[in-house]
Parts: sequence; C-alpha cells; structure tokens
Amino acid sequence: MSLGNTLKSSIGAKVLMAVTGILLILFVIGHMLGNLQVFLGPEKLNSYAQTLQDLGPLLWVIRIGLLAILLLHIYAAITVVKMSKAARPVDYQQRKDLATSFAARTMLVSGLLLVVFIVFHILHFTVGAIDLAGSTGFETEDGHKDVYSMVVVGFQHMPTTAIYILGMLILCLHLSHGVSSLMQTLGFRNASNASTIDKVGPAFGVFIFVGNVSMPLAAITGIIS
Amino acid sequence: MKITLHVWRQKDANSQGGMKPYEVDGVSKDMSFLEMLDMLNEQLIVQGKEPIAFDHDCREGICGTCSLMINGVAHGPDGSTTTCQLHMRSFKDGDAIHIEPWRSRAFPVVRDLVVDRSSFDRIIQAGGYISINAGNAQDANNLPIAKHSSDLSMDAAACIGCGACVASCPNGSAMLFVAAKIGHLAHVPQGQPERAKRARNMVAQMDAEGFGACSNHYECEAVCPKDIPVNFISEMNKDFMKASLCGDS
Ligand code: HEM
Ligand code: SF4
Ligand code: FES
Repeated sequence: MSLGNTLKSSIGAKVLMAVTGILLILFVIGHMLGNLQVFLGPEKLNSYAQTLQDLGPLLWVIRIGLLAILLLHIYAAITVVKMSKAARPVDYQQRKDLATSFAARTMLVSGLLLVVFIVFHILHFTVGAIDLAGSTGFETEDGHKDVYSMVVVGFQHMPTTAIYILGMLILCLHLSHGVSSLMQTLGFRNASNASTIDKVGPAFGVFIFVGNVSMPLAAITGIIS
Repeated sequence: MKITLHVWRQKDANSQGGMKPYEVDGVSKDMSFLEMLDMLNEQLIVQGKEPIAFDHDCREGICGTCSLMINGVAHGPDGSTTTCQLHMRSFKDGDAIHIEPWRSRAFPVVRDLVVDRSSFDRIIQAGGYISINAGNAQDANNLPIAKHSSDLSMDAAACIGCGACVASCPNGSAMLFVAAKIGHLAHVPQGQPERAKRARNMVAQMDAEGFGACSNHYECEAVCPKDIPVNFISEMNKDFMKASLCGDS
C-alpha cells in the first residue's frame, strides 16, 4: 500500500493525527517552557526572544513547518470525522454513552476553537494587529523588542487574560483526550498500562493549563510587573 | 409485569421505518428478553398482525446472532451479556423499553430489527484465517505456546461477531471486531506467516465496507458481551502500520 493510501485509511489517518499531534505537543511544551522565563525577569525573557528572532530564515522554516504540521493534523481530523459521519447514515432515536468523555466527544469543536485561538494569539503577540491592552511597541534600552513588557502589560488587561485562560481551557480539554488517545492509536496501550495511560492525558492537559495560565495570572495579580 | 415497548418497524430494506408502541402484559421476571418478544409476537399473530422480526439463534450467548439496541445500549443494560441472555428481571413493572436495530451503513436493515451483517463475513474472507491445512489435532505441547500468548489469543477469540461494538460506537467503527479477529491469530505461531498481509487486507476490507474510524471513545468495550478489551485495537494499529510501511511478510 502506498503511503498516501495508508494515510487515507481509517488507521493511517489516526496515526497521522497522532504523529502530528505529538509534534504539536512538543511545540506546546517548548513554547511554554520558553515563556515561563518571564518569571526569571526581563533580561532572560528578552534575550530568549532575541535568540529566536536571530534565527532569521530558520525561524521561517520552523513557522512554515509548524503550519504544515497543523494543516496535516486538521486534514487527518477531517478524514476521520468524514468516515465516521458517513458510517451511520440513519441515526438512533436513543443511544447512551457508557464510556466516553466530554473531551473525547468534543475533539472537533475544541480543535476548531484552537484554530481560532491560535489565529488570535498570532495577531495579538506576534503580528501586533490586535492590541487590546496597548501592549505592543515596547523597546528595550538597546532597541530590541521588549517582549517582557509586552507580556506583562498585555496580561494586566482583564479581557485579554480572560481570553487566554479560555484558550488554555480548550487546549487542556483537547489534550486531556488527545494525549491518552495517541498512545492507544500508536499501539502503546496494553492491559498493564491502560489505566495509567488513561490518566496521563488529563494530567498533561492540566500541567499545560497551569503552566501557561500562571503567566497571565501573575501579571494580573502583580507578581510580575 | 406490564411493559411498554417502542419497537422499530420497517417492512423491508427499501421502506421507511418508524417506532411503534406495544403494550405487553403478563411478562414474568424469569423470561428472557427474547421470550418476552416471542410472547408479543404470538399475540400479534393471533391478532392477524405482522410479528416483529428479530435475529436469534443459539439463545445461549455463544453464536452472536442476537442484536438489539435496548434503551440506547447494545445488548441492553446488563453488561457482558448478549440480548438472548438478558432477562426481564433487569426491568421493572411499568417500564418503557426502546428497541432499535444496529445502525451502521455496513449493516443495512433487512426488516424490523434484523440487519445484514455479511460485511463482517467479507472482512473475515479478506484474511481472518490461516491458509495452511492444519491437519489433525497435534499431540499436546507439540507446539509450545507461552501461557501469556495463548491467554491473549483466547481472549480475542472469544469474539462472537455480534456487531455490538459497531452498533454502540459513536463513529460506527468496527475496530474492536477486526482487532479481535486479527488478535487471536497474532498471538499464536500459526498466525505469524500471514500476519502482515492479514492486518493490511482486513483493515482495507473494513474501510471498504464503510465502517467509521476509531476516536478511542471505548464505547465498544463497554458493551461487548465477551469483554474484548480495546487493547487489541492498539495491537492491530501497530500490525497495520508495520504491514503498510514495511511491505509484505
Ligand atoms: C496545539 C494544537 C493541537 C495539538 C497539540 C493537538 C493534539 C492532538 C492529539 C494528540 C490528538 C490525538 C490523536 C490520536 O487520537 O491519536 C488530537 C486529536 C484531534 N485533533 Fe488535535 N491538536 C491540536 C490542534 C487541533 C486543531 C487545530 C484541530 C482542528 C480541527 C484539531 C482536531 C483534532 C481532532 C478532531 C482530533 C480527534 C479526532 C478523533 O480521534 O476522532 N486538533 N489532537
Ligand atoms: S468485539 Fe465484542 S461486540 Fe464486537 S463483534 Fe466481537 S463480541 Fe461482538
Ligand atoms: S442468540 Fe446466539 S448469542 Fe444471542
């Protein structure tokens, strides 16, 4: 079977979703750890931001790569959802769920809301086209972008912080099913590790939520300023 | 007990169907669910009406023929039980019970509650066997198989092909059935020579029949009368990807 046909099969599409999901998760972890340097003070965060900027063309390779991964993930999600919708043309009058979770049932919705959040996030902090809190345009003394001030001032703005907390809730929801699910999809789940694997997803979702939300909360409460 | 049934009635594959109410009086707690339907059917026949068509054969939980969606749960409320092994003691006097056929594009309704599950047969024909002539039964222990492996094989082999996994899946996916059929051969030496080809062909046939993909809701495991664990789906995924990416064995 060719790779293209494999990825269009029911299992292949799932595997593509899982693999791209892992790559996106690695990004999410890296992104969070990088940003958590906000707690180490302005110099640390700004020099980290400058290091990223200095990557130059490489930065664009990473950005386009990430976009391609996200698009593949969405493509796989659409393949799976389409197959599944077509599989039951006449629905039940009654069907009870016994095992699934809210997170699992809402993967498509949480995924699509994540797209909206990602677009907002890029327009807000990367492009600066959305500037609710007047947080763009800060410069450090040596004339570089002052990311630290941008983050602190941006998050001192209640509505902005609320949007980010909501975004992270949705990410947490997506990951709480996604991370456990990908281990089953990729064939790692077995009788002895199943109950652990089913807890890893929700735990990871909460970990990402707490880590990311700590930043806007710290700004709002004045822990960082 | 007195029970109100709401039953899906459909004349044939091409007709529109709908839910019809029936009052059933004099139901004993000791009756099986199917005996309760038998009683209703006898009354319908006496009244000159069409009896309700439903599938059944062994009525002892081993053949996989019975197949009813009872109050939204495949094989009814008991868990680890086929419809034929469900008894009316699981219900109370005055209960309303909704009965629908399995719903899946690959299981078209033939009449009332009877669906055509030959898509499962075609999946088995695509690779759910070993091609060698196994000959007479060998002496015990001629072919050593680790206890752990034979246990896993026997767990998977418990699948009776009823289709409840498909019926209960929000995606109409047949992964648990196919995984069980691949899994029982994947854990014994006889299954090894055709293992890769089997996984690839059976999954391709499953997709061609129009079953859905798996979103890991695990509804199938919750209703499977033989408690086939979803871990076999995880194993099948691995076998399928290995077979697809590494070519034939
Ligand atoms: C930060 C971005 C994202 C991450 C880290 C992520 C991660 C994951 C992971 C790990 C899975 C589980 C894969 C599996 O079950 O094997 C998954 C599933 C899914 N993702 Fe995402 N995802 C992201 C964005 C999106 C977006 C933007 C969509 C938009 C459509 C989306 C839609 C889905 C759907 C529908 C599923 C489940 C499909 C199913 O199993 O039925 N995801 N995601
Ligand atoms: S896996 Fe369970 S529910 Fe599915 S066909 Fe086999 S016995 Fe029935
Ligand atoms: S009739 Fe054979 S399993 Fe129910």
